[in-house]
Amino acid sequence: MNQPVLDVRGVSRRFPGVLALDDVSLTVAPGEVHALVGENGAGKSTLIKILTGVYRPDAGEVHYRGEPVAFGRPLDAQAAGISTIYQEVNLVPLMSVARNLFLGREPRTRLGLIDVARMNREAAEQLARYGIEVDVRLPLRSLGLGAQQMVALARAVAVDARVVIMDEPTSSLEPREVDTLFRVVRELSGRGIAIVYVSHRLDELYQLCDRVTVLRDGRRVHTGELAQLDRLSLISLMLGRDAAEVRRDGLTGFSAHDAGDVEPILRVRDLSRAHQLHGISFDVRPGEVTGLGGLLGSGRSETAKAVVGALGADGEVTMAGRRLTRRSPAAAIRAGMAMLPEDRKAEGIVPGLSVRENIVLAAMPTLSRFGVVSRARQDRIVDTFMKRLRIKAASPEQKVSELSGGNQQKVLLARWLCLHPRLLLLDEPTRGIDVGAKAEVQALIDELAADGLAVVLISSDLEELVEGADRIVVLRAGAVVGELAGDDVTEDNIMTALAQEPAHD
Amino acid sequence: MTQTIVHKTPQPVPVEREQRRERLAALAQRHGALAVLALVVIISSAVFPSFPTAENANGVAIQSSFLAVVALGMTFVIITGGIDLSVGSVFALGGVLAAYASQWGALPALLVPLAVCGAIGLLQGVLIAYTGMAPFIVTLAGLLGARGLLLAITEEGANTYLVPKDSAFLELGQGTLFGVGYPVYLAVLLFGLGGVLLQRTRYGQAVFAVGGSSDAAALMGLPVARIRVLTYLLSGLLAGFAGVLNASRLSSGVTILGVGLELDAIAAVVIGGTLLIGGAGTVSGTLCGVLLLGVIQNVINQIGSLNSSYQSVVSGGFLIVVVVVQTCLSRRRHLR
Repeated sequence: MNQPVLDVRGVSRRFPGVLALDDVSLTVAPGEVHALVGENGAGKSTLIKILTGVYRPDAGEVHYRGEPVAFGRPLDAQAAGISTIYQEVNLVPLMSVARNLFLGREPRTRLGLIDVARMNREAAEQLARYGIEVDVRLPLRSLGLGAQQMVALARAVAVDARVVIMDEPTSSLEPREVDTLFRVVRELSGRGIAIVYVSHRLDELYQLCDRVTVLRDGRRVHTGELAQLDRLSLISLMLGRDAAEVRRDGLTGFSAHDAGDVEPILRVRDLSRAHQLHGISFDVRPGEVTGLGGLLGSGRSETAKAVVGALGADGEVTMAGRRLTRRSPAAAIRAGMAMLPEDRKAEGIVPGLSVRENIVLAAMPTLSRFGVVSRARQDRIVDTFMKRLRIKAASPEQKVSELSGGNQQKVLLARWLCLHPRLLLLDEPTRGIDVGAKAEVQALIDELAADGLAVVLISSDLEELVEGADRIVVLRAGAVVGELAGDDVTEDNIMTALAQEPAHD
Repeated sequence: MTQTIVHKTPQPVPVEREQRRERLAALAQRHGALAVLALVVIISSAVFPSFPTAENANGVAIQSSFLAVVALGMTFVIITGGIDLSVGSVFALGGVLAAYASQWGALPALLVPLAVCGAIGLLQGVLIAYTGMAPFIVTLAGLLGARGLLLAITEEGANTYLVPKDSAFLELGQGTLFGVGYPVYLAVLLFGLGGVLLQRTRYGQAVFAVGGSSDAAALMGLPVARIRVLTYLLSGLLAGFAGVLNASRLSSGVTILGVGLELDAIAAVVIGGTLLIGGAGTVSGTLCGVLLLGVIQNVINQIGSLNSSYQSVVSGGFLIVVVVVQTCLSRRRHLR
């Protein structure tokens, strides 16, 4: 291998309470397309942020073009030639394509004015090289997302990039746009530009990348040629499970038998949403925990959000025999569904309010008469749930922000439970909670299901999923690739389902 | 309803349809004010014989020129996604300072107010750009501060400074060329320069980028804070200069002027098609907006029986219509 253009040597980075990167190394040669993979919390984004100057490493060094470098801010990294293409296009949508491409470095006439004609001509030429034929005078936002992504890429390369970091560039692209993007990536690599490619879509990695580095829990667990690593091995490296074991046991065939003869309370049929969900169908029965499994980006959270109407999607959702025609979170709540979102800080808890206020928030309408909220009834309910869920707070009046993550989660749970839901959707209920509280929340989920509640559990933690769920629906790339029930619910079976070659048509 | 449309559109067609719609929207945005202005002028000319006279047109032009200069600065500020509420006070302060300084000659009468008003704009820009305070609050403070300064200079408005009758300074606001007042030429000249500045310089492009997406602008290496500072400086200078012109025209610094002028300026800018959320706009649109407000006022004066207070009602109505149309145009696009 020739002299690497980017050489990360033993980099560590610690955040309060967690070692995000632990002695991680990464070398990328000119012209190489290097895949960087790992599940949530593996340290990918921390590593990217160190490369682009957002964070500084606590230990270790980054060498760029043979010299140790320490970028103070993203601009410095960019000026040195390390460009980043983010998932969301970082350009100005209202400005024209050409002006976006040349912003800050517009060609100028002798008078110092922008030479618009030349700018438009050169922009069209540059984009044509990547197969983008558009009217460059149109505002950027009139282009498809793929074309916008390409403009971002063209801009990155035009500012003389030696390394382009692409963070899930295809997550919002059409298949056709993905093809164009890949063509451009290959051309760039042909010109000697190194590319660090982050994606959860295994198919893409195998199409595009030369080598791969796998991170897990902040450590590098593997670096090597991608072609020498089959899908199953790659997944088991990412998830940290034994590949040989998975292969030996294999799949005993997807069980078609119905564990419960209970009538499903929730029927989801053919749930679809452009780019994200493709015909997802499954049932959820009362008294059962149904797990949604899959890698990050497989559409787990999107499925749950679509079911409760927080995300628009086509398809049928039937709750307790009644088909929900106009789906909205309010309608879902009325139908007896409750969902705990993944990001409880952003989407759930109101940190400034007390435990009591947070709990009764959703139940307000049922607790009030003529708009007056009965305090006595509030106190009774709050007291019941604090005991039942074992919420550890000094008093109901303590601010929720002062509680631990586990107790915050229980407060959220209490909020929904006091609406007496019949179906509970939990998206990563134990993320960011310490081990002890985790077990408690898990036990609670079990109890609730035993009480006859139907539970949908989303978790990236395979162990949690396997132990918690009675039945698992495995998703990949927005489609159901398997359903496991009873004895078939094992980590190995999930991984095998995930590693299947995609069915090409 | 819109959502289903978004979902079901087949691939190749919508891009083109989208682009055509985009062009139409851009056209409406850019030339809507001009079209309405033309319409109002044509109708008024037909209805009021006293409207389409050179004398009347001259009057509208002169009266609009002061607001135009203020609104020019406001255009830049609003395109960056900000707002400048201080311009009315700064305008009045500029006028009083000009009248006061005219005792020392024409040049001080021009430079003293520009220096003070520029400093106010600069200070506001620095506070907004570097401390992250909201433009609304900072320039509200500027509005109060400049008004206070003005009252202090004039001893609570008791002193009205007059420009010496023989001062060359009077020529600036009262002189004419081919029967048209200098302020009109100056306003047109400033708009020409402003258009070039906005469309054809890197500063102008950065103004659009900062307003369109300041995060993206920062990631692309633009000096976002400096652009903001420059923009508020520009707005302060232009408001002060408009005040200078006005003082020269009136031969005195009138303290009670400029109250609510900032709102007229904002109205003109928005009617001219500049997005209140920033990122898009033109100076030519602002000029149309200013003229439209001027013509409306003039027409209401023509209708002798109508109380001139109704001018604000009509202007307000226009503003609502424009904002509603803008919202519809941009909502359609945001839903994609």
